[in-house]
Amino acid sequence: MLELTGVSRSFGDVRALDGVSFSVGRGRLTGFVGGNGAGKTTAMRIILGVLSADAGSVSIDGRPLDAATRRTFGYMPEERGLYPRMKVAEQLAYLARLHGFDRAGAERRARELLTRLDLAPRADDRLDTLSLGNQQRAQIAAALVHEPSLLVLDEPFSGLDPIAVDTVVNVLSERAHAGAPVLFSSHQLDVVERLCDDVVIIAGGRIVAAGDREELRAQYSEPRHRLRAPGAVDWLAGVPGVVVIERSEGEVLFEADDAAAQRVLTEAVARGPVAEFSPVRPSLAEIFREVIRDEAPRTATGTAVAA
Amino acid sequence: MSAPTSTTSPARLALLVAEREVTTQLRSRAFVVSTIILLVGILAGIVVGSVLSKRDTSPATGSATQRVAVVPATAGDLQGLPGFTAVPVADDAAARAAVQDGTVAAALLPGTPVRVVGRDGPPGALVAALTRAPAVEVLNPAAQSEAVRYLVPFAFGMVFLIVVMVFGQTIAQNTIIEKQTRVVEVLLAAVPARVLMAGKVAGSSVLALGQAAAMALVALLGLKLTGQDHLISLVGAPVGWFVVFFVVGFVLFAAMFAAAASLVSRVEDSGPVIMPITILGLIPFYLVIYGSGSPVLMRVLSYVPFSAVMGMPVRIYLGDAAWWEPVASLVVLAATTAGVVALAALVYERSVLRTGARVRLGEVLGRRATA
Repeated sequence: MLELTGVSRSFGDVRALDGVSFSVGRGRLTGFVGGNGAGKTTAMRIILGVLSADAGSVSIDGRPLDAATRRTFGYMPEERGLYPRMKVAEQLAYLARLHGFDRAGAERRARELLTRLDLAPRADDRLDTLSLGNQQRAQIAAALVHEPSLLVLDEPFSGLDPIAVDTVVNVLSERAHAGAPVLFSSHQLDVVERLCDDVVIIAGGRIVAAGDREELRAQYSEPRHRLRAPGAVDWLAGVPGVVVIERSEGEVLFEADDAAAQRVLTEAVARGPVAEFSPVRPSLAEIFREVIRDEAPRTATGTAVAA
Repeated sequence: MSAPTSTTSPARLALLVAEREVTTQLRSRAFVVSTIILLVGILAGIVVGSVLSKRDTSPATGSATQRVAVVPATAGDLQGLPGFTAVPVADDAAARAAVQDGTVAAALLPGTPVRVVGRDGPPGALVAALTRAPAVEVLNPAAQSEAVRYLVPFAFGMVFLIVVMVFGQTIAQNTIIEKQTRVVEVLLAAVPARVLMAGKVAGSSVLALGQAAAMALVALLGLKLTGQDHLISLVGAPVGWFVVFFVVGFVLFAAMFAAAASLVSRVEDSGPVIMPITILGLIPFYLVIYGSGSPVLMRVLSYVPFSAVMGMPVRIYLGDAAWWEPVASLVVLAATTAGVVALAALVYERSVLRTGARVRLGEVLGRRATA
């Protein structure tokens, strides 16, 4: 497990990270979500050792990270970067060798990975002759080519079509199943919601929410339920402890604590068939908006103090 | 996990970086073509120079037989050499006197190897005719023709300047491109910044030395083909020292180019940061060429690290450097290079990830204090 504890980093007067702590479990895909300038890229660079932290520590399985361990990590920076005039396979093999593979192993691995990412036909073309989507795949391959023990990807899905997203997701899941912690950031909250096991939300350099995706949704859900039943649902307003929020033909959204909700369900079943009865969980986008809103005033004060 | 254990040493990593640097450059058509043009140019220069110098050869050293003073011990050495007339004299002193007053073109004196004496310059034809390279003594070295005085400093200076400028620009450009295309961030995840810079400098140094060696080989070949072999033995020692100074001096400049380039993020912005280094190379070049007549200036230039590469070999060639002087100058140069490389590595490390506006040098070096 990768663990950040109290990591802080400033650039001049700007406090990019302020006591950031979160963890990335082995075998799990962890989504890293935050607005522009929230500190995602800085945090990722610190994990990779590309930047140093002013305070705090990064450890894996309880051991502090050293250069040798970091070299087994795979990294895809937000700013894409490979040698434009180098052939794709050659470039990947070079990176694998920098990460400790021997020449033959590096070349074999590069070819395998390009095949997996449907890029094999372009393996011997120069990178700058590839389409943007294919360059993106090559970039992902560059992060994966040395069979990393941990993966950090900054916006890996931007610019990919849905089929390419699936291909990449498969490769990432494979790495996770092999036991590597996988952390990736994304602006596409629906993608994160669909793929991630865990979610970390950062705003203004601080972690505002982190944990298992479903637990987060449960935690941030208000006690709302939805009932769909073909018959009339007017009776619901009369149940004690129930506040109807929205009502349309055959469907009602209401607020109630667990006991009251159970009474509603019993009543509904007694009155006729029930098509759906479910607690309403907020989407990740809704949670995100909520935590960011909560965080906003605090950040403003913090900035004012710092300035 | 099947990933190999990561015990790769910094040296091996630097070697990998250097290897890529070399292979990429060797595959670049621009590099190959410019090298070929350079080599052809040198060869052409030597051939043209040889034709011109033959035209104004004085009668004493011309196609007619040359009069050579010999002492009894060397009288036999001249036999069987066509084009020379032996003029027997009593001893070494008489032979030198004969050379000095112009009654003979040269003198052949005993020794191991034999000693050849000329008045205002080395007696080229005689040196070339002897089967084993002789020691050469010039009675009035100060009277050596102006052309030769300029030629050797010019050759040393030109070779160093061309190679430093060509490879300096390449290092700068490659550094900026890595920054501009952001590949440097991917590389830094695997390789420490200092190792990356070391690899780049090492790779370029190998190429630079290779190119300089190719120029030297072509020059030797040219001299051989045009029958000017005697010049080879004349410049042997200075060239040997030049190679040593060249390698250290090149690293000095390469490190400065890499560090300067790491301050900017776009190739278009490279001019202002590269310029000061270019000037640091150009000024010594002109000083060495035009200052070769002034012993005091040359002595200073041969110790200043930025001009020592050109200055010291020239002094050795002119014969006014004591044996320990190149060693002392080399120590100064090496120490400076070590210091500059350390500083350059610091600058590179701190600025290579900062994209956008140009990074100020003072800001980079003072950052630790403010952070």
